[in-house]
Amino acid sequence: MATTAPLFKQVTLPDLKGKVDPDWCPGCGDFGVLAAFEKALVDLQIQPHNVVTISGIGCSSNLPGYVNTYGMHTLHGRALAVATGVKLANHELTVVVTGGDGDGFGIGGNHFIHTMRRNVDLLYLAMDNQIYGLTTGQTSPTSQVGMKTKSAPFGNVEPPVNPIALAIAAGATFVARGFSGEQRHLTELIKQGLQHKGFAFIDVFSPCVTYNHDNTYPWFKQRVKKLEDDTSYNPANWLMAMEKSQVWGDVIPIGKFFQRADRPSLEQCEPVLDEGGPLSHRDLHIPAETVKEFITELM
Amino acid sequence: MKHTFAVSIGGAAGQGVATPGNIFARIFARRGLHLNAYNAYQSIIRGGHTFLTIRTGPERVTSFGDKIDLLIPLNQDTMDRHLALLGRGAAVVYNGDAVKPGAAADGVQFCPLPVSELTHNSRNKVEQNTLAVSAALSMMGIGFQPLADVLTHQFKKKGDAVVAENVEVARSAYDYATGHFQAFARPLPMTGNPNAVLTGNMALAMGGAAAGVKFYCAYPMSPSTGVLHWMAAHARKAGIMVRQVEDEIGVINMAIGAAHAGVRAMCATSGGGFALMSEGLGMSAMIETPIVVIDVQRAGPSTGVPTKTEQGDLWQMLGAGHGDYPRIIAAPTDILDCFKVIPEIHNLADRFQCPGIVLTDLLLSEGTASVDPADLDFNVEIDRGDLITSASTNGANGYKRYLFTESGISPRAIPGVPGHTHTAATDEHMEDGVLISDEFTDPVKRRAMMEKRQRKMAGIEAAVKPPALTGPTDADVTLIGWGSTNGVIQEAREILAEEGITANQLQIRWMVPLHGDAVVEILKRSRRTILIENNYSGQFARYLRSETSFVPDGYIRKYDGEPFMPHHIVDAVKEQLAGSITMSVPMHEITV
Repeated sequence: MATTAPLFKQVTLPDLKGKVDPDWCPGCGDFGVLAAFEKALVDLQIQPHNVVTISGIGCSSNLPGYVNTYGMHTLHGRALAVATGVKLANHELTVVVTGGDGDGFGIGGNHFIHTMRRNVDLLYLAMDNQIYGLTTGQTSPTSQVGMKTKSAPFGNVEPPVNPIALAIAAGATFVARGFSGEQRHLTELIKQGLQHKGFAFIDVFSPCVTYNHDNTYPWFKQRVKKLEDDTSYNPANWLMAMEKSQVWGDVIPIGKFFQRADRPSLEQCEPVLDEGGPLSHRDLHIPAETVKEFITELM
Repeated sequence: MKHTFAVSIGGAAGQGVATPGNIFARIFARRGLHLNAYNAYQSIIRGGHTFLTIRTGPERVTSFGDKIDLLIPLNQDTMDRHLALLGRGAAVVYNGDAVKPGAAADGVQFCPLPVSELTHNSRNKVEQNTLAVSAALSMMGIGFQPLADVLTHQFKKKGDAVVAENVEVARSAYDYATGHFQAFARPLPMTGNPNAVLTGNMALAMGGAAAGVKFYCAYPMSPSTGVLHWMAAHARKAGIMVRQVEDEIGVINMAIGAAHAGVRAMCATSGGGFALMSEGLGMSAMIETPIVVIDVQRAGPSTGVPTKTEQGDLWQMLGAGHGDYPRIIAAPTDILDCFKVIPEIHNLADRFQCPGIVLTDLLLSEGTASVDPADLDFNVEIDRGDLITSASTNGANGYKRYLFTESGISPRAIPGVPGHTHTAATDEHMEDGVLISDEFTDPVKRRAMMEKRQRKMAGIEAAVKPPALTGPTDADVTLIGWGSTNGVIQEAREILAEEGITANQLQIRWMVPLHGDAVVEILKRSRRTILIENNYSGQFARYLRSETSFVPDGYIRKYDGEPFMPHHIVDAVKEQLAGSITMSVPMHEITV
């Protein structure tokens, strides 16, 4: 990679400003997530051209267009699969996936599980508003029972998925929950997620001010409680994390639920990447003696 | 008439049909003989019926042919099913202890082997199958040494004692056959330099390696899985990242992600998996990230017949994904062409930044053929198109990923290059990547961007050669085919010529771009045209008509799951030339 010294300069917030401003509704939780993400990149001084921000489809999936990194705004539910391909093709890039609860836990549920199982070195920021916003207010996989939406006008009868418990069970090596209304806390979580080697999942409560009238800023503010404030909590303890993931009611924990550093990430397990740098910059030709070997097998 | 010799081996799945097949193939090819093999099998791991035909000869063998010279039934079922296909001069070699002969045509030689006696009552099934191979080689006029070499190679890991035992048993069968059975009238010659033997799927995978594919991913699906197997087995040596993904949706999206980051990426599937990939194909076109997808057709619709062949996916390829977008579709015409077409289509996909589809079928992909090893040339031209992989200045920032150009091709910067950050979006966007789908919709800009993408089709058409006629210019009939039927149509033409009917052939290799004008220019000179394809509705006939208004005089179609045999085409052509029939659907006589 031709990244000679002059190309690197101090990264500042204005450097990260995208070509257009977000078109999210005023007050949307996603603004807070974008701000925390940009702040984390500045704090860690990650060069924008070495970051690929990848999303699926939905309000929150518009995020890559609002930040000046490389971006991919892909198909509904497919961002994690695309991101895995990007990361494996160039493992020197910082790959961040953003998207909503419908995108990640509904249509993209299969990729969510398998990407965690593989421990691909990505940061996945799920902006969870418990509703389908861009399609104007239908039930989502994280909508609570009883919630009235356009697709469940008499109240949702399906229990929601628990993304934290699912992630811990599926093998994610960094699992956290943030809240768009807790900027500094969220920024810290994102920084930890970016620095984590392996799959980092942060489920961020990002209230939809237009369509979700149940899970609002005040609703969350009354309930969220930081795990970091509990000195007895140990995020290295899988069972404790799984138990904590079940807490939901008057108190809703936010913070880092689980982290382990002893599992190698997928790129680290793959001998093809042991040497030679990123695949995307390698010579395309196969050495003549290897070709000869391949053909001799056929004789 | 070309000198060919066909061996058919049949038995239940799990009985070891493949091993004697591989031994024959290796021995034939090492003698410099050519071969073409087709395995009729079922979707079952143990039991059922499998029927492998290997046809060899000193000249190129383009199909598995019409007749069987030697039948090796590993069980009674095979004897009962296929004995009727044998004619004068043919022979059956079988285990006389376990299989009973049936009623056969005059002049068919029954060759029962006293297997228990020859193997000293060994229960080793491999040995039993080897006996038949050994006896057959004696009757074909091939010495014993080639088999001894193959067996030594095959068993060397198990130690000298196992090698010696197998060679000894094989030798006893060879000598028994020499003493008791009549040799075939024409011995198989030694013709020269050894050939390589490979399946179409292996050829596709090797084509990918030659093209510089660095990322291959797949979900297992018959009959495409052979590509994954070759890739996985050779990944480390070839420096290719190979992944098995959770589903085909994940496959295409992962491959596009890798391609977007700058590698050449490829994936293969069959019709059902391809259906899941459709939306991803549109993404490739929209974000202008090249991707090559192989569809190995099998008999559909839906799960269909997983182990049977068909050319039934053409319209799926033509219409895959919603909306209009440029795409390239190639249908390789033989197993060597499976190798050749992959680097070509990667170059096109890279240059024109759009999806490329390779349309093969079970016949080609799981079929086996000999090729001259020199033809497997990995030193292919690689053209990555207008790709920006590094930058010396950070000042650019005026970079427009989707810059309007006359060709429709915009310089493509890969992530990691300073000064070229942009977002590639599946939403409609402007030159700089900014969406014009939500807040800033604009019919003028949308039209301009549609036209930019579609302009690439003109360049693609210019980059691909139009199809050409093979055979005599002035012929009684022109046979039109596409993709995998090339070899069998060619052989049918040779047989027709012997019977006084001249036929030439227009075989389509590039489905898109079709070069419709060139096709019509050729066909309008034909005295009579018959279109041959392995499907029910005449998918290519309908496509040809939609693109050119051309309507052929007759059709030969087959949709029973099995490929055409030469006589199916020969008989149908004669029938159509002689009378008023314009549609023939030949019956497949071999039931597997």
